[in-house]
Amino acid sequence: MTNIPSNLKYTKNDEWFDPASGKMGLSDYAQAQLSDIVFVEILVGEGDTLQAGQAVASVESVKAAAEVYAAVGGKVVKVNETLADAPETLNSDPYGAGWVIQIEDGDASGLMDASAYEKYCAERAH
Amino acid sequence: MTYIPITPSEREAMLATIGVKKVEDLFAVVPAAYRFPKLDLPPALTEMEAAAELGDLAASNETVRGDLISFLGAGMYNHYIPAVVDHILRRGEFYTAYTPYQPEISQGTLQAIFEYQSLMCALTGMEVSNASHYDGATAAAEAVNLAYAQFRGKRSKVVVSPTVHPQYRAVIRTYTQGMELTLVGDDPQADLEAGPESLAGFVDEDTMLLIVQYPDFFGRIYDYTNLIEAAHAKGALVCVVANPIALALFKTPGEMGADIVVGEGQPLGIPLWYGGPSLGFFTTRKKFVHKMAGRLVGETVDSRGQRAYVLTLTAREQHIKRERATSNICSNQGLLALASAVYLSVVGKQGLRQVAELCYHKAHYAAEQLSKLPGMGLCFSAPFFHEFSLCLNRPVEEVNAHLLEHGILGGYDLGQDYPALKDHLLIAVTEMNTKEEIDALVHVLAEVAHD
Amino acid sequence: MTEFILQDQPKVVEPTIFGLSSPGRVGVSFPDADVPRAELPESLLRADLPLPELAEVDVVRHYMHLSTFNYSVDSGFYPLGSCTMKYNPKIDEDTCRLPGFLYTHPLQPIETVQGNLALMYTLQEWLKEISGFAAVTLQPAAGAHGEFTGVLIMRAYHKSRGDYKRTKMLIPDSAHGTNPASSGMIGLEVVQIPSDARGNVDLEALKAQCDDTVVGLMLTNPNTLGLFDEHVEEVIKIVHECGGLVYGDGANLNALLGIVRPGDLGFDVMHFNLHKTFAVPHGGGGPGSGPVGVAAHLADFLPEPVVGIIEDGDEEIPPLYGFVRPPKTIGRMKAFHGHFGGGLVRAYTYIAMHGAEGLRQVAEHAVLNANYLQARLRGVYPIPYDRICMHEFVAEGRIEGSDVRALDIAKRLMDYDFHPPTNYFPLIVHEALMIEPTETENKNTLDRFADAMIKIAEEARTQPELLREAPHKTPFGRMDEVRAARELVLCCWLPEEKDEA
Repeated sequence: MTNIPSNLKYTKNDEWFDPASGKMGLSDYAQAQLSDIVFVEILVGEGDTLQAGQAVASVESVKAAAEVYAAVGGKVVKVNETLADAPETLNSDPYGAGWVIQIEDGDASGLMDASAYEKYCAERAH
Repeated sequence: MTYIPITPSEREAMLATIGVKKVEDLFAVVPAAYRFPKLDLPPALTEMEAAAELGDLAASNETVRGDLISFLGAGMYNHYIPAVVDHILRRGEFYTAYTPYQPEISQGTLQAIFEYQSLMCALTGMEVSNASHYDGATAAAEAVNLAYAQFRGKRSKVVVSPTVHPQYRAVIRTYTQGMELTLVGDDPQADLEAGPESLAGFVDEDTMLLIVQYPDFFGRIYDYTNLIEAAHAKGALVCVVANPIALALFKTPGEMGADIVVGEGQPLGIPLWYGGPSLGFFTTRKKFVHKMAGRLVGETVDSRGQRAYVLTLTAREQHIKRERATSNICSNQGLLALASAVYLSVVGKQGLRQVAELCYHKAHYAAEQLSKLPGMGLCFSAPFFHEFSLCLNRPVEEVNAHLLEHGILGGYDLGQDYPALKDHLLIAVTEMNTKEEIDALVHVLAEVAHD
Repeated sequence: MTEFILQDQPKVVEPTIFGLSSPGRVGVSFPDADVPRAELPESLLRADLPLPELAEVDVVRHYMHLSTFNYSVDSGFYPLGSCTMKYNPKIDEDTCRLPGFLYTHPLQPIETVQGNLALMYTLQEWLKEISGFAAVTLQPAAGAHGEFTGVLIMRAYHKSRGDYKRTKMLIPDSAHGTNPASSGMIGLEVVQIPSDARGNVDLEALKAQCDDTVVGLMLTNPNTLGLFDEHVEEVIKIVHECGGLVYGDGANLNALLGIVRPGDLGFDVMHFNLHKTFAVPHGGGGPGSGPVGVAAHLADFLPEPVVGIIEDGDEEIPPLYGFVRPPKTIGRMKAFHGHFGGGLVRAYTYIAMHGAEGLRQVAEHAVLNANYLQARLRGVYPIPYDRICMHEFVAEGRIEGSDVRALDIAKRLMDYDFHPPTNYFPLIVHEALMIEPTETENKNTLDRFADAMIKIAEEARTQPELLREAPHKTPFGRMDEVRAARELVLCCWLPEEKDEA
C-alpha cells in the first residue's frame, strides 16, 4: 500500500512538503512508479531562492527519468548531499532520509492534504 | 530482383485473411493524387549485373593499396588490418543483430562492447568508455555536450586549440550553434609555434571545456599535464582528442589528468572506406558517467547466477529522457567498435607497440631525408609521432600534382586551413610505407626541389 | 518476479578477452623496421600498455563463442517494430568490400576517386526521386544525426529570413525519443501534440499551438502506431499556414517506397534510414546512415559538402564529379563524407537491384505482412487503434484473465525462438507490443509466429509463471538490471581482475 503520512502536504507532481520542517521530497507513490532509483542530481544550491514548480532535482531509475519540482517557493536552507552517493534512499525512506531539499518559510496553502492526495493516487491507479 | 519470399498464392490467401481484395486496397488512406507515383529509376539489376556495375565503379578509383603510394593522413590512416578482423565482422550473428535491448539473446554483442569499453579505457588511461560515437569529430562535439550538461549552462565558453583537426573544429561549431556558447582559441592566425601553455590564457571562470589534440593536427606530441592543471585551477574540464595508435607509445591523456578523451578509432582495424563509417571513441572519468551520452554496458548476473552484461544507465538516453537527454544519439558504430576490439585483441600489447614504433621510426626517417632537400624543411621543432609538416618552396598543389604523376599520393595542403602555412605539406607515414616508398617520395621531391 | 541467485562469484560462461590473456602470447607480428631507429622522447613515453596478449586462435574462438549468444536476422524472425529488421542481402557485403572502395582515402584528389563520387552523386539523385525532394545530403551518420541536421536546417531557414522568434518545435506524443532530443540539442522548446482516437495527429490540438513562434512539426508518417495519418495534407497545411516547416521522420519509409513521396505531400525536410529502408545491416547497434532530403527552399542550407558535377560530360567523356558547398550551409555534421562504405555502397547496390517496381513491391509486401499478422492476432491481443496498418502495428500485451505484462510475453517469445517485438513503445499505448514483420518473411514464418503468440496468450491464463520466469531455453536468463546500475562495473582491465579465468 502506498504510504501517505497525514502530517505532510502534496503536489500533483508527487512531491511532498513538510510545513513543520520545511523539507520536501518525492512521495512513496512516485518512488514506486519510478522503481529502482540509481541517480539523483540536485540542481539548486543552499541560499537559492525558488519559485514553486521550479526544477530542483533530476532523478533517474533503471527504467525512467523524472524531475523533482519545488513544492513551494522560498529560500533553500539545506540540500541533502547524502543522496548523490546513496540514491536508493529515495526508494527505501522517501519521507525520512530521502528528503531532497529544505525550504525556509514555504507557503503550503495551495497543496493537497493527505486525504486529497490519496484520492489523487487512487484515481491514477486505474 | 527483390528478396521477397511471398508467392502469389500465399498473397491471395493472406489478402483473404485480411479481408481485402487486392494489395492496392491496403493503401486507400494515401491521398489519391499522389498515390503510386512512377519512379524514374534505372531498370532493376540481377545480382550478377549489380556485382559487375559496382565492380566497375570501384575499379575506376585509384586506391592506396596497389595504385598509389600514400603519404596522406590528416585524420584517417592507412594501417594494416589483420585478416581475422573482417572474418569476425562477417558473422551474421554480429552484423545482422540490432542494438542489444534484449540481453538474454544478445550476450555476444553485449560482452563484446564491454570488452571494447575496457580496451579503450586501457588505451586512454581513463575509467569509463561508452559504446561509441559516429566518428572522432562528433565525439569531440559530444564532449561539449557533456561539459554543457555538467555545468548546466552556468558556464558558456569553450576553448578549442587551433591545432585540433580543422574538420573537427567545424563540426563542433555546427553542433553548438543553438547553444549560445562562445568558442575561442581556434583562430587560424594564431601563433602555431607557441606551446600548449599559450592556451591557458583563454581559460577563465566562465570556461566549461578546453579541447586539445594529441598528437596535434601537425603530428606534434606535447605533454599537456601543466595545461590541464591550469585549466582545472579555473574549474574547467579538459578534453583530449587522441590518436589511438600513438597511445600505444606515449603517455596517456589519463595520466596527464584529462577529464574526457575522445578520438577517431579508424586506425584500429577499420578500413579507410573513403572516410566512413569509422569509429568515434569516448572515454571519461567515472564521476561524469551520468552526463556522458551514448550507450553503456555494465556487468551484472542473470537469474541463473551467470555473469552477464546489460545496457545500463539507459534513463540518461533519448528514448527515456527525450528533450532533456545530453544527446540525441541512438544508432552508434557498434560493428566498428567490434572491429577495434578484435584488432586490439589480436594485435595485443606487443603488436600495437610494434605498429606505433614502426610508424614513428619510418616517419622520422622520412622527415630526416626530406629536410635535407634544398628549399625544404621541417616546419616545427617539437617531437612528433607519425605525421609532420614539411615546408616547400612552391605551392603544395603543384607539388602534389607532380607526385601524383609518379603514383604518389602526397600529403595534406595545410594552406587550406592555415594561411600562415601556405606551401606546407602535412605528411603521414605508417607501418604500411616501406623504405623504398619513402625513398621514392624523397627522390621525386628532390626533382621538384631542383626544378 | 524473477529471483536472482545472489552469490559473490557468478558463473563465467565465457571469460573476457583480458581473462584469456597470457603474458608473452602473440597474435599478429609485424616486420622489423627497414629504416634506422629514431630516438624516442623518453619523457613522453607511457610506462605500461595494459592490453591483452592472445594467439589468433584464442581470439577467433572467443568471438565465435560470443556470437553464438546472439539472436540475429540471419538466425530468425526479428519483428522489432520501428527497426525494420529485414534480411540483409549478402551481395551488399561483397560490394561494400571491393578494394576500390575499402582503400580510398577521403582526402584524395577528386580525379582519383571518380567511382566513389559517381556512386554518391547517383545515390543522391535516386533518393531525390524516391522521396520527391529537391536536394539530398549523404553526410549524416545515422537517423538521429539526420534529424539533428534537419532541425538545424529548419532553424537556419527561419533565421535567414530574419524570423528570430520561432523557438517552439511541435512533436506528436507518439514520436521517437530522438525527435525531442534533437530539438533539445539546439535549445528549442518541445511542445507535445496529442493523438486523436484513430491514431492521427489531433487537428484541434495542433491548431491551438500553431502561431508565429513555431519552428515546425516533426511528423513520423506512417507514425509509430504503424498508421498513415488520415489528414496528413491538412496537418502539413496547418503548420505551413503559421509559417512553420514540416519535418518528416523517415524511420518508416519502408512502407512508402513507390506508394507515395513525402516531398509530394508537402514535407519540407526528411531523413532516410538507409539501415532500415535499404537493408543496410544494423551491426548490433550501428553504423547506420541518415541522409537528409529537403525541398527546394531549403537546399542552400544543406551541410557541406554535397556531391555535384564540376564539369559536364558528353557522350564520350563522363562528367567530373566533385564537392560543392551549399551557399547558406549549416556547416559540417561530421568529418569527411558520410558513411560511404558501410552505408552508401550497400544502399546503392540495393536500389540498383530493386528498381522502381521492386521498391514498390517491398512496401506492398511489408504492409501485406503486417496486416496479415494483425488479422491473425486480432481478438487474441487488444489492438487499440484497429484499422488497416502500414508496415507495423501495435497490440497491447494484456491478456483477459491474466496479470502477465508485455515484458513477460516478449521474454516468452524467445523460448519459441523468435526475437520479441519492441515493447513499451510507443508510450501512448499501455503495455505496447510493436510488431513489424518486414517484407522478407514468408507466410509460414508469419504463421509460426502468430501460432506462438496465440499459444502464449493461452499460457498466460493457465501457467502465468511460465511467462514471468521466461525465457527458459536461451543461454542466459533475465538480468539483474538494478545490480548493473548500482555497482557500475563498466570496465575489466584493472590489473587485479586479470586472473579471473
